[in-house]
Amino acid sequence: MKHLLSIADISKNEALEILNTAEELARASDGPMKKLPTLRGRTIVNLFAEDSTRTRISFEAAAKRLSADVINFSAKGSSLSKGESLKDTAQTLQAMGADAVIIRHGASGAAVRLADNQWMSGSVINAGDGTHEHPSQALLDAFTIRRHLSQGAEDLAGLHVAIVGDILHSRVARSNVLLLTKLGAQVTLVAPPTLLPVGVETWPVTISYDLDSVMETVDAIMMLRIQLERMSEMFFPNAREYSRYFGLNSDRIRKMKPSAIVMHPGPMNRGLEITADSADSARSVIVEQVTNGVSVRMAILYLLLAGYTEGSVSL
Amino acid sequence: MKTKYLLTNVEISGKRSNLLIEDDTIAELGPEVSSQGATELDCTGSVALPGLVDLHTHLREPGKEDAETVLSGSKAGARGGYVALSAMANTSPVADTAGVVEQVFRLGQDAGLVDVFPIGAVTQGIQGEHLAEIGAMADSVARVRIFSDDGNCVADPLVMRRALEYVKKFDGVIAQHAQEPRLTQGSQMNEGFVSSQLGLKGWPAIAEEAIIARDVLLADHVQARLHICHVTTRGGVEIIRWAKSRGINVTAEVTPHHLLLTDDLARTYDPIYKVNPPLRTEGDVMALREALAEGIIDIVATDHAPHAAETKECEWQEAAFGMLGLETSLPIVNMTMVQTGLLNWDQVAQRMSLVPAQIGRYENHGAPLAVGNKAHIVVMNPTQLYRVDRDRLASRSRNTPFHGMEFPGVVQATFFNGRLTYRADQ
Repeated sequence: MKHLLSIADISKNEALEILNTAEELARASDGPMKKLPTLRGRTIVNLFAEDSTRTRISFEAAAKRLSADVINFSAKGSSLSKGESLKDTAQTLQAMGADAVIIRHGASGAAVRLADNQWMSGSVINAGDGTHEHPSQALLDAFTIRRHLSQGAEDLAGLHVAIVGDILHSRVARSNVLLLTKLGAQVTLVAPPTLLPVGVETWPVTISYDLDSVMETVDAIMMLRIQLERMSEMFFPNAREYSRYFGLNSDRIRKMKPSAIVMHPGPMNRGLEITADSADSARSVIVEQVTNGVSVRMAILYLLLAGYTEGSVSL
Repeated sequence: MKTKYLLTNVEISGKRSNLLIEDDTIAELGPEVSSQGATELDCTGSVALPGLVDLHTHLREPGKEDAETVLSGSKAGARGGYVALSAMANTSPVADTAGVVEQVFRLGQDAGLVDVFPIGAVTQGIQGEHLAEIGAMADSVARVRIFSDDGNCVADPLVMRRALEYVKKFDGVIAQHAQEPRLTQGSQMNEGFVSSQLGLKGWPAIAEEAIIARDVLLADHVQARLHICHVTTRGGVEIIRWAKSRGINVTAEVTPHHLLLTDDLARTYDPIYKVNPPLRTEGDVMALREALAEGIIDIVATDHAPHAAETKECEWQEAAFGMLGLETSLPIVNMTMVQTGLLNWDQVAQRMSLVPAQIGRYENHGAPLAVGNKAHIVVMNPTQLYRVDRDRLASRSRNTPFHGMEFPGVVQATFFNGRLTYRADQ
């Protein structure tokens, strides 16, 4: 692995290797020495052409715990907001000697473009590209599900995960569908028909328009952020109606299996796709997802940068 | 003294012949024809067709001369076997007045490699609201007969109705870019399985088909001539088939790229494959080939769309729509239609020269290769392989999706009014 652009590019074994490495790194971080010297002297650029506080900070924390030098390059006030092309930005980063670029971009495929064009030679990590993919989020979600529910198994075979909300515009959903099914889970997408892409019928998932019908069988439910501008684009009539049919609330949570967990990639719209009491309930692992995100991103950086050059994964 | 060329051993309509050009005319044709003092071209293994006529070319002048000029586009045309191009109106300024179409026409005459027939805008600034000076463009030196807002759809049904009616005055035709704008806001690629995976906004086939359906009904109602630009969907073909069976006066074109490429190529996120209308599915490609073979789709038109490098070296959604076409069209038609047994060379001549000239009312074009006719001729070797190299094109731009691909068919020579405008080994 040189880049992490799409879950479609990695095998089940590679995915498991990332999750297993993340477990070891999480254990190491729990010890007295939080910082590992692994990536000392390596330069990692956070290229965030789209606002995202939590993903950027998570990657930054991960890189710093591996002792890498981190340069933050964000949209506001940078040359990207002044019309500089992605190509010119990439060549600039190359000239500055970046070993890896973590890119968040509003255009689907931006990470692929950055990696494919010989504009730069370092590793490219997709931290969310348009409505395409968000691989590190899916990996941290799988990591979280596995910790809670796999009962010692390495993969997610036999588990049922529902992803609820704006599937059409969600990079989190696309990466999770690919990864969770690769790891053996059964995935149900729950959304109004307007927020499911044409072509979804060919995905390896079950489709439901009825959230109540899946509550009793799911092991994990993943609520997606719904953006209010979708209302003006006529994807649904109004927020109240959306919440009524597709929002998670305590009545729905009560129907869940005792072991089932509630997830959200954040940032949440409390009161819209998830009520406050649901988000803060005992089943919620939303804060833990954030913690796990750092370990998983450490594993990704470790395997791409240390693993790639040395050809081994041992700690 | 007359300029004479003798083409020897060239295949015309399945028969081997010699063809003598004297000045701008085909003077003699037959297996025994010879001539003293003629420049001889050995055409063994090659076919000769009437010079090609393109009804859909973006020459970018005036306004985007960094991407193409009338001269560079004419050179690209000559290399591709063309003797007539139809310059689309979406230049800057838009070709919506007699002044602009006359300028483009004159630039074509000055270049002298092909006839450049300007297409006039249907509406002012191709904005879809008020009719452009259609009559003035028709009466100008450029004698415009085709009107199109290509790039934009004439979406307002009342504007479309009026335009269809208005051009009847001089036997004109409206060439519609069929794209329902509300259904394609921000659209990036064909809507289907591939777009669902890539997270690129879908462009439903219905957005094209709905406009085709509406416009054939309008054309029927007002008894006017309608031409559908770049048909890309199986459903569009079915509507045109139905319209023709009802006797509606509609013609349609397909581009070489839609006869060959599919939306799977978007998986690379390389905007070299970004085009309007978008690449569709394998099923659509096959339906388009069959429709062209049957004559439901009447002609091949290139939609040659040059773009400066920076408009393609970027993210997909930021990139410009369009791809080059003039220099690769005949080899692609050879591969997709002739070698597959769907068309013979006479039928190719119909679809790439005779019928386009009729639709455009280009009187000095589209005549079969016969004694006394204008010497507009393309000679192509259909078995020799052509490897496309974007750095060796006559066009000013390099945005060909076919770079590195090999096609059967090398244009050997093009004659425009009896003048040799392109020769392969020169």
